[in-house]
Amino acid sequence: MTDRYDFDRISGRSTTGHEWDGIKELNTPLPRWWISTFYATILWAIGYWVVYPAWPLLSSYTTGVFQHSTRASVVNDLAGLERLRGEKMAVLGKASLAEIETDPALLALARARGKTVFADNCAPCHGSGGAGAKGYPNLNDDDWLWGGSLDQIQRTIQFGARSGHAQAHEGQMLAFGRDGILRKDEIATVANYVRSLSGLSTVANFDAAAGTRIFADNCAVCHGENAKGNHELGAPNLTDHIWLYGSDEETLIETISYGRGGIMPAWNGRFDPITIKVLAVYVHSLGGGQ
Amino acid sequence: MSLWNRHKIFEKNSILLIAGILAVIAIGGLVEITPLFYLKSTMEVVDGVRPYTPLELAGRNIYVREGCYLCHSQMIRPLRDEVERYGHYSLAAESMYDHPFQWGSKRTGPDLARVGAKYSDEWHVAHLTNPRAIVPRSVMPGYPTLAHTELDLTVMAAHLRTNRAVGVPYTEDQIKNAVADLKTQLDPDSADLASFQKRYPKAAVRNFDGSVGNPTELDALIAYLQMLGTLIDFKLYDEKANLR
Repeated sequence: MTDRYDFDRISGRSTTGHEWDGIKELNTPLPRWWISTFYATILWAIGYWVVYPAWPLLSSYTTGVFQHSTRASVVNDLAGLERLRGEKMAVLGKASLAEIETDPALLALARARGKTVFADNCAPCHGSGGAGAKGYPNLNDDDWLWGGSLDQIQRTIQFGARSGHAQAHEGQMLAFGRDGILRKDEIATVANYVRSLSGLSTVANFDAAAGTRIFADNCAVCHGENAKGNHELGAPNLTDHIWLYGSDEETLIETISYGRGGIMPAWNGRFDPITIKVLAVYVHSLGGGQ
Repeated sequence: MSLWNRHKIFEKNSILLIAGILAVIAIGGLVEITPLFYLKSTMEVVDGVRPYTPLELAGRNIYVREGCYLCHSQMIRPLRDEVERYGHYSLAAESMYDHPFQWGSKRTGPDLARVGAKYSDEWHVAHLTNPRAIVPRSVMPGYPTLAHTELDLTVMAAHLRTNRAVGVPYTEDQIKNAVADLKTQLDPDSADLASFQKRYPKAAVRNFDGSVGNPTELDALIAYLQMLGTLIDFKLYDEKANLR
């Protein structure tokens, strides 16, 4: 090791004392501001250890003087949010569905909250505007499988349809073809009959009398004598030009042959009663509420 | 000659330098990672978390194979808005049988940690076949092949055994019955239902893809998606005991 205070004669600066083949390395220290910042960060880290959870120990860890806990803060944040909503939502909780519907202020509040909940939970099936898709009912129109009154909508949201919940809507379209209840030609005939109910075209050799008879014997028990449907069984109205699965002959034959039975989950456990209420009001207000 | 000057030994001996670097870096691992293996607070004590059924495990393998984790996370962070949207924040215990875990770090699609039982099986069938049939603005690719690709049942027992090798407590009984259990989970009328439900308590049993025939990849993937986040009953979960 050479003298620490060795100076380079040409530049006049000190060297590190390292020498390779007669060449010495100049000592160029880092700027003072940089060094100070570096030491400051180390000091900051020590402060951090003291106030926040940091070091693992043998059976636990240092919790820090702030006793910070991410999970406790999220509980707090949620509680804060609940307080924020609390009062207004409590008003909605006390009001009956009909009262909310008639009070413009309550209705606006319920719709605003309902919109958020709908977007997060209902839109994946019913569409972001509630327009539905094949197999998923449109909530904007006035055609309802299980009823379109506020109470009926609320009940459907609470318990769902064919959801496995004890109070869920039950009702199954039979598989008339698969289970051998009707022959293929009978299914084609009644499919055309169903089309004729809403004024759609039928095949040339369509036997209207046979169609009427097959419908009366097999379909009317759920869909009604006049094919206007039955909310108790979720049997759709077949005369209103609104089709859940499609109105072309092929789709109708598929529907009649294999049956249908869409599932709506029960939301009772997931939402508190006020949220379900708000959601019912929102869906009711989309346009088709009765 | 102070200790400070000994660095010459390292500077002139590259093998020693590498060993020194490794030793210094290892300190970080020892201090930050090792404690997670013995600290009780790493993993919450909860009821209900069980190893995947063979069908769910097969579905999970498809999830990994198709790279679902590239767009979907399975980790609800303890943040207000996430809990609001997705439900209770994820617990470490919920992925204790995941090898590897699917927490992910990218959300092009929504988080799936609690997607189980949120939608119907039919919805999943339609959505996996063609996402845009249900969500018009979706950018998710369709996976129509899953519906007509049969599961490779010959490797099921081996998958369970592999998971056991890395710490999942599958019993000899579960491994032996892997293929039978997989089929039982798709058939509510099966004669083996009781023994299946004894091996995998509360596992959902039904025909997930709604079509008859041999178990398909779609069956498995839906079975997996439908159980995500459903194992713990948060009504019974002790929030206060598990604050971190």
